[in-house]
Amino acid sequence: MTAAEHTTTHDADHQSMTTGDIWKVFFILLGLTIIEFIIALAIPESFMPHSIKNILYIVLTLAKAFYIVAYFMHLKFEKLFLIYLIVVPLILVLGIIGSLLYEGDYWLPIR
Amino acid sequence: MSAVTNAEEMKTGSAWGGGKSPFSIEYGKLMMWFFLLSDAFTFSALLTAYGAIRFSNSNNWPDPDVVFQSAPFIPHGAPLVFVGIMTFILIMSSVTMVLAVEAGHRGSRKEVTKWMIWTIIGGIAFLSCQAYEWTHLYHEGYWWGRIPTEHNVNFSNLFFTITGFHGFHVTTGVVINIVILANVLKGTYERRGHYLMVEKVGLYWHFVDLVWVFVFTFFYLV
Repeated sequence: MTAAEHTTTHDADHQSMTTGDIWKVFFILLGLTIIEFIIALAIPESFMPHSIKNILYIVLTLAKAFYIVAYFMHLKFEKLFLIYLIVVPLILVLGIIGSLLYEGDYWLPIR
Repeated sequence: MSAVTNAEEMKTGSAWGGGKSPFSIEYGKLMMWFFLLSDAFTFSALLTAYGAIRFSNSNNWPDPDVVFQSAPFIPHGAPLVFVGIMTFILIMSSVTMVLAVEAGHRGSRKEVTKWMIWTIIGGIAFLSCQAYEWTHLYHEGYWWGRIPTEHNVNFSNLFFTITGFHGFHVTTGVVINIVILANVLKGTYERRGHYLMVEKVGLYWHFVDLVWVFVFTFFYLV
């Protein structure tokens, strides 16, 4: 690697995380996981139906995924185009989720 | 610049041959991102297949709180305790990995070594927990094609396939981490002047953690 390239990679790293930031993200992840546990164990189904719990789990999971990818994997600090390059193709995943859930709904009465 | 000199540039590899790195990112790191994107599709396919099969068998699916309730030292088991410990271990080892990357930016070989060792310990601890869980479920009668209750057998198949595929990723991650640690100890990256390899393996390791976050939600919570 040339010296010039070395500088470019380090320029991006300058907005990197300090040890304090790293622990902050850790406590956010831990907190979100604890909220999931509270929903699962402490809140009775009579108070909150399972379907609403599931939606909350998925929202909390996506929040955790955001913190891991943005901060731990450093994607938030990369070039905007690179962020789009990685995030936009994941829209395809919504397609497979939608179509397979539709299929599952179709299979249910057949069984 | 003529085509010939362009090709020459490419061969000598000066910043991708264009003089400037696209996306201000090193080549290997970008390739790691592409690999992880493809791996994300693989896991999405597995998890959505799980979702569809579970959805279509929702009247005949085991209750995860019952299946996964055993934990060592708790006689009658408690739901989510053991998998909670596993989740904590994996998040923790992700943190030690970022700390290793951060130490690498400062060029502190000693600290990179320390955090890499902790990351490897975390990975091995997670795998040990998974081995315990698999062994336990095996003895209860769960395995590929087998289920001790009247429920749909695809529960076992999907559980072992998906956690197994994830565990395989953790295993390779631990192996790669050990290789990188050996290079850190040998001083390879100190001579190179940067610890980019630690960042690359770090990306992979966080991805493994990321996948676990989803596996945890869809197998144990939902």
